[in-house]
Amino acid sequence: MSTLLTVDHLSKHFLLSGGLFGKERRLDALTDINLTVEAGETLAIVGESGCGKTTLGRCIIQAQSSSEGRVVYHPKSGGDVELTALSKREIKPWRQDIRMIFQDPMSSLNPYMRVFDIVAEPLRIHRICKGRELEERVISTLEKVGIPAEAVGRYPHAFSGGQRQRIGIARALVLDPKLVIADEAVSALDVSIQAQVLNLLEDLKTEFGLTYIFISHDLGVVNYIADRVVVMYLGHVVENAPTEMLFERPRHPYTELLLDTLPIADPLRRKVRKTEVRGEIPYLGNRPTGCPFNTRCKYAEDRCRTEKPVLRPIAGMAQEAACHFAEQLNLKGAYDDAPVKEIA
Amino acid sequence: MPLIPMDAKPILTIKDMSIVFSSPDEADIEAVRQVDLTLSPGKTLALVGESGCGKSVTARSVLRLLDRNARIQRGSMLFAPGDEPPTDIAKLKADSLPLRAIRGREISMIFQEPMTSLSPVHTIGDQIDEMLILHERLKPKQARERTVALFDQVGIPGARERADSYPFQLSGGLRQRAMIAMALACAPKVLIADEPTTALDVTTQAQILDLLRQLQADFGMAMLFITHDLGVVAEIADEVAVMYLGDVVEQGSVFDVFAAPSHPYTQALMSSIPKMARKADRVRLSPIKGTVPAPRDRPEGCAFTSRCPHAFEPCATVRPERTALGNGHHARCHLLTRQPAEVVA
Repeated sequence: MSTLLTVDHLSKHFLLSGGLFGKERRLDALTDINLTVEAGETLAIVGESGCGKTTLGRCIIQAQSSSEGRVVYHPKSGGDVELTALSKREIKPWRQDIRMIFQDPMSSLNPYMRVFDIVAEPLRIHRICKGRELEERVISTLEKVGIPAEAVGRYPHAFSGGQRQRIGIARALVLDPKLVIADEAVSALDVSIQAQVLNLLEDLKTEFGLTYIFISHDLGVVNYIADRVVVMYLGHVVENAPTEMLFERPRHPYTELLLDTLPIADPLRRKVRKTEVRGEIPYLGNRPTGCPFNTRCKYAEDRCRTEKPVLRPIAGMAQEAACHFAEQLNLKGAYDDAPVKEIA
Repeated sequence: MPLIPMDAKPILTIKDMSIVFSSPDEADIEAVRQVDLTLSPGKTLALVGESGCGKSVTARSVLRLLDRNARIQRGSMLFAPGDEPPTDIAKLKADSLPLRAIRGREISMIFQEPMTSLSPVHTIGDQIDEMLILHERLKPKQARERTVALFDQVGIPGARERADSYPFQLSGGLRQRAMIAMALACAPKVLIADEPTTALDVTTQAQILDLLRQLQADFGMAMLFITHDLGVVAEIADEVAVMYLGDVVEQGSVFDVFAAPSHPYTQALMSSIPKMARKADRVRLSPIKGTVPAPRDRPEGCAFTSRCPHAFEPCATVRPERTALGNGHHARCHLLTRQPAEVVA
């Protein structure tokens, strides 16, 4: 596998006005993110609200400018393209290769445009084709995602949530992209529809040789679809590992907490949690010193409150974690085969 | 602390209830069709289904919080809190005094999005004080003491100071806790929770579920828990009722329903969620075909006919009866009553 995208020491901060007399405050949304995306893989980015997963996705495609660091795209044609160094005009051609699918199929489609035009718009903007050819391309893409040709004249409101998400997927795919960033693409859908869209994403990946960055908070879905998982907490990557390794034995206490709190659809495996969940996610502008997770971590020691752990490989494996005690801790995974508790 | 006998008699019995929505220029829509549900003290009944299946409407009807164009067309809702004869909530007027005495006091509700269901211009303390002053006739000072005690109980840190916060000053988890404190202020007999954790992150969700379980053990209230998440159902429910397009298609103990789902819709729902399995054991999801039809296109018979892989001739026209499967497990499906001869054919 070759590397398709490198995120190198990427940081993003927002400046908040402190009001008339207050001091301007800095909010670190992303802190020193390093990761690579291999061609053909599905990389999941997981974490809770405010962890920076969406900001990371948007910084990769440069929908949001980053503050420091680089995002480098490695196209098949060779060469490295530093997306973060390009101007708006220069980056435009690369936006054909990297596309995005959004969470809310209600608000991400223009209600005043017909479905045909929604999907045709990227082709027009990038001047790829027109006339007959454009029409054929739009209709064939829509058919691939399961929208029948006779429906292309309708407006988004005439479609159900699942169909709208399919239209969003068609809009991303019509440019024949290499990398698709799906930001909570199935979160707003009902389970039966979610399953349809997940299967569709898988089929399209095989058919078009796509690479996915799958941003999600749902670890059940992530275990199903991802090859590798990046766990984020308060703007930091705390763990980065192949899916099965991470779910088998997480190496960061936050990952363990996420897995432990995930409801499993089996009453026989109703959780007896290892401990109660401590505290809440701190406000981003009020991040603890040392390890960002130390305020909620039940394993935290003095060192965790002063010294910030760096993301590092664990025991020579493909698993990386940012925890001082990653080797020592025996954290619990999610694949419990035996029933946890007998029926009372 | 109230002790709950094993065979506690039901506190709320919904029988054969239908809810109809009418509109001036369209035919009436039966959003909930002849539903039977039973709530018992200390037990949680989960009502599960996808968007538009009628689970929220059912829950709201218990407090008579339905929109003006909706009415309970048939059936009864018997509320029996004590030894007195039961009250039929379905017969009361939505704004009548007897109902207002029940609403918020005997039966209370928590909503999905606390930001929109708490008043943004009153402190959370004042909002709960008001309830206690109205329902329990407490003096403002006493009410505030009770409020602070409630906040402690639901795990709001710094309860006394937090009572002076406005909802926008609190995190989602704390807001939901405040909401729960308000619902529990009058120690209700029945708590209706409409997707109380859907808007929350998983770690916060786990905290709120643990809290609700704990409070149920302390107060012994019956809980009607609305959710679309089968994982949450498995975590919290004793009983489960699965709804599809206004029908309760299957109901029973959570263990029975998960171990042996008997309605094709329940089965399909279960196979739509990814299993927590290693790559080697991974099976491709088998989604339900198509989409939920609009209520006005609902088949005359079983609502699931248009998407059911096993549909046969009576399904589209004849509504299946509630078939008992033992141990209080029921399902509405013609497959369960099909004669063996037909199976061969």
